Amino acid sequence: MELPLRVVLREDGSADPELDPGLDDEALRILFRKMALLRALDEKGLNLQRAGRIGFYIGATGQEAAEIGSGFALEEGDWVFPSYRDQGVALLQGYPLSELIGQLFGNSSDVTKGRQMPNHWCDRAARVVSVSSPVATQLPQAVGTAYAAKLRGEKIAVIGYFGDGGSSTGEFHAAMNFAGVFRTPNVFFCSNNRYAISLPVARQTAAASIAAKAAAYGIPGVRVDGNDVLAVFRVTRDALERARAGEGPTLIEALTYRIGSHSTSDDATRYRPAEEVEAWRGKDPIKRFAAHLKQRGLLDDPEEKAVFEEAREEVRRTVAVCEAAPPVPPESLVEDVYAEMPWHLEEQREWTRMPEKR
Amino acid sequence: MSQKTYRDALREALREEMIRDERVLILGEEVGVWGGTYAITRSMFTEFGSKRILDTPIAEAAIVGTAVGAAMGGLRPVAELMTINFSLVAMDQIVNNAAKIHYMFGGQIRVPLVIRTPAGWGQLAATHSQTFEAWFAHLPGLIVAMPGTPYDAKGMLKSAIRSDNPVMFIEHARLYGIKGEVPDGEYTLPLGVSDVKRPGRDITIVAYSRMLHVALGAAEALAKDGIECEVIDLRTLRPLDMAPVYASVKKTHRALVLEEDWTTCGMGAEIAARISHDRFDDLDGPVERMGQVEVPMPYARNLEALMFPDERQVTEKVREMLS
Repeated sequence: MELPLRVVLREDGSADPELDPGLDDEALRILFRKMALLRALDEKGLNLQRAGRIGFYIGATGQEAAEIGSGFALEEGDWVFPSYRDQGVALLQGYPLSELIGQLFGNSSDVTKGRQMPNHWCDRAARVVSVSSPVATQLPQAVGTAYAAKLRGEKIAVIGYFGDGGSSTGEFHAAMNFAGVFRTPNVFFCSNNRYAISLPVARQTAAASIAAKAAAYGIPGVRVDGNDVLAVFRVTRDALERARAGEGPTLIEALTYRIGSHSTSDDATRYRPAEEVEAWRGKDPIKRFAAHLKQRGLLDDPEEKAVFEEAREEVRRTVAVCEAAPPVPPESLVEDVYAEMPWHLEEQREWTRMPEKR
Repeated sequence: MSQKTYRDALREALREEMIRDERVLILGEEVGVWGGTYAITRSMFTEFGSKRILDTPIAEAAIVGTAVGAAMGGLRPVAELMTINFSLVAMDQIVNNAAKIHYMFGGQIRVPLVIRTPAGWGQLAATHSQTFEAWFAHLPGLIVAMPGTPYDAKGMLKSAIRSDNPVMFIEHARLYGIKGEVPDGEYTLPLGVSDVKRPGRDITIVAYSRMLHVALGAAEALAKDGIECEVIDLRTLRPLDMAPVYASVKKTHRALVLEEDWTTCGMGAEIAARISHDRFDDLDGPVERMGQVEVPMPYARNLEALMFPDERQVTEKVREMLS
């Protein structure tokens, strides 16, 4: 079964009027600035790791349209259950850049107190939660949170992100199945970037597409050009609206490409032909959107350059502040294991205060 | 006070908490219309309806995962896993998610979740007769409750549901039918508090769940010969309350730990290590432990009967330790 690929931005830079989501000029400018900010954050994150200033980083370069387009469709009150490559979505949900960068350093500028490896973000206030390293384990949780909202009569949606690799897991299946059965207000957003670390998507599924799997769960599946920020925004907004209106979950597959390696612990040149990567560089989602904005008279070359410079400067400034923050207090080591401090951890806290015992 | 079964005590706890707090919901396989494989939720579906008692598809990882998400979303879910054997399918959600979310995310998000599940056996063979409490007790972030009496089961389940922490609440299929005194009114019992179930001066027997009853049976038999066993029920395995055990060993100078699990890396090893380290001078001999024969559980009735220490073997062990 071949699902149609939803596309808005045409090769000549124009937008298909039928699918164009009709965003106003200011919204279009924000989209562009956020895509540039995400690109700048990823460039810096990779460099910080190379320089040994942070331990690890996962970039989303090449996937900015899928990230920013979907994230921009979220509304206040919606929950995000991200994967580890969804920093762009987090930024749009009100997760401050300073917290994202603080998390990379794991010092006192990190609201999660240096507990998690980089790219495993959480901000309760932004309703961005629970990045899980074993892939797709966040999807059943997204169903549970959506069920909670439904039970309480809240008109919100819960979006769960994952990749093509995550679609192979039992928890992907079980989450889709639960969401279908309980008709929860969920959107499942698959960024199909063609590779799960080194394995091409053909090693994840023999299905015609990941979106096609939705049929098995009795929910709609949508395929969208993941390098087309307006198309991604459009299909995600529609799916979120369906969810909030009580019409049930949707599975979205955004077809995109991971330009960089899986993470700083990976070297993609060992398993991907250079021509393939180059071909996808030519489909850069930011350049594609820039061409559209230029055609609409919302952007010119100097402005484009300025947006990127501004984004890099914002990241640089934030890194400087976060990196200078003091270390996490040692006694916090034993906090938050339980909602209240049990006596045996109180004892171990004493140990953290006595360096001579270490 | 009236006599109630462990099963009815659990049901009372669930009912009372669902009436008390509308955020409480139950989810699991067969828990709704059918009333639960072990009939713990029987007749509750009629009272609370399909929104608060969810018959789920068969997928333990998603049952726990959904419950984790519901807890993060502000509810107080009670997930039932049909047996603890099936918890293995949900292990990542329990170990990497439920137990760690509060810590990993800097205390921003709590997971007030109860996972109810029975251990047990009865010609159910290798993959259907396990207990695993030591696996769960190993994990910081989880509370592991394993009550042995109807009174404790009710009071502790109510506390588990009110707790802001994830609680692994391990019941026992062979205890569901036992009867005991349960007050008619409201009460709760704290988690993380061990209990002296029978006072004695000669030897300390530490047990929990079904083995508590083996311990009490052995103590009764030994009492006829003038041997007074002090039986301590751990009730909660994490956090572990050793104070009554230490007080007892100070008096008896000897300790025996009973568990239904395999003894290697089990609760008995933990208890023995703690007593030996913290109360070495009180001991007149090594801490002994008895548990399951270290083979997978067989089906054949005669072989299954050989798997666990019974009252007779415990009494013999106690006599040997006192001789």
